[in-house]
Amino acid sequence: MDFELMSNSFPKLISAAVITLKLLSVSLIVGLFIGLFFALLRLHKNSFVNKFAYGYSYVFRGTPLLVQIFIIYFGLGQIEYLRSTVLWVILKEPYWCAIIAFALNTGAYTSEILRSAFQTIKPGIIEAGKSLGIPNKIIFYKIQIPIAIRQSLPAYGNEIILMMKGTSLASTVTIMDLTGVAKYIISTTFKPIEVFIVAGGIYLFMTFLIHNVIKFLEKKYSFN
Amino acid sequence: MELLAFGDTGWGDELFRATLMTIAVSITAMVIGFSFAGIFTPLKLSKFKSLNLVANIYTTVIRGVPELLVIYLFFFGGSGAIMFVASMFGYNEYIEINAFVTGSFAIGIISGAYSTEVFRGAIQSIDKGQFEAAKVLGFSKFKQFYKIILPQMLRLAIPNLSNVWQITLKDTSLISVTGLVEIMRQSYIAAGSTRDPLFFYSFAAVLYLMLTYLSMKLINKLEVKYSRGY
Repeated sequence: MDFELMSNSFPKLISAAVITLKLLSVSLIVGLFIGLFFALLRLHKNSFVNKFAYGYSYVFRGTPLLVQIFIIYFGLGQIEYLRSTVLWVILKEPYWCAIIAFALNTGAYTSEILRSAFQTIKPGIIEAGKSLGIPNKIIFYKIQIPIAIRQSLPAYGNEIILMMKGTSLASTVTIMDLTGVAKYIISTTFKPIEVFIVAGGIYLFMTFLIHNVIKFLEKKYSFN
Repeated sequence: MELLAFGDTGWGDELFRATLMTIAVSITAMVIGFSFAGIFTPLKLSKFKSLNLVANIYTTVIRGVPELLVIYLFFFGGSGAIMFVASMFGYNEYIEINAFVTGSFAIGIISGAYSTEVFRGAIQSIDKGQFEAAKVLGFSKFKQFYKIILPQMLRLAIPNLSNVWQITLKDTSLISVTGLVEIMRQSYIAAGSTRDPLFFYSFAAVLYLMLTYLSMKLINKLEVKYSRGY
């Protein structure tokens, strides 16, 4: 065991973990909106809209995240037309490509979680709102959304942890996140076990934190 | 379309072989995962706290750390570890393990952690009376497990195991970083030499979709088979 290497690489890995957290939080926020949007499309009466949303979540959940990142980072740059538009400012940056891929991916999973949460809301609750004369819009924002959020908390907590692990793939498109820096240190020192312990420990700590925050929220918003 | 031609002119046969490789790695990893689950599930359900702890450390660490990091550990540390063991037996030559073995092992250990949780959940949700009835009827411990518990456990476990299979299948794409020529690596090579990444990565996505779709169909059939009588 090379303890010196472990203590030397710790600060480097911690500052890389900040990048991991940045990637995670931005993609989760964007992904939440994408997920909500597609969940509502899934519940739409129009069967075409419905199928479109189903297709989206099917494709993004059925293919590896790595393929999605590569299509966006390497693939989209190939389209000449895109290079001349404003979009190119975003798409030439590996950081934003990774975030787009992560957000679309987590959006697909989130849409499934939210859809099933909306479907488990008892129709009686909505009917009660209607018979009290509450407008549809307010029923949606003040009744359906809070219940759906509470219902989907456990599953969404898992999704956050899965996404945190997913951000490690950013290292394949040259971003120096926690995994990227860990790989760099391993390949220059050839001490995989030491680096794995430190980097893995940081990941585990983040998993632990997320897990407990979700647990706290579940308790706080429980119905009883 | 000529990019996908078989033979020397296109990438069709290479991609076909790469697809077979992805399937081979996934199945090997799944089997390795089952053997890990076979060891760690009894530990999880054991009465002894220390054995529980060992199993909990395994599943928590593996499920809390990114797959890519585990793969790097095996990729850079695998041959070192084997050489260390070999040197204890007096063998000091350089040993290189091939990418297939490293990859399936890394993915297998990850998939094993998920399978362990699935099996644990399935066994725990079997009615307690079943264990007691088997005991009362004088079945041996071995027969209790194989004739009474296992068939019921499989029925409960199949839907969740199908999720584990999907995760494993998608995780194999990460082994491409070690140089094993599976779908992702082959697409990377093809994209590099034809300068057409959009086409080849999209085609890789289609291949993965086909694999996940077909395996879902197969697993659904299994599910029907094991749910007979319910």
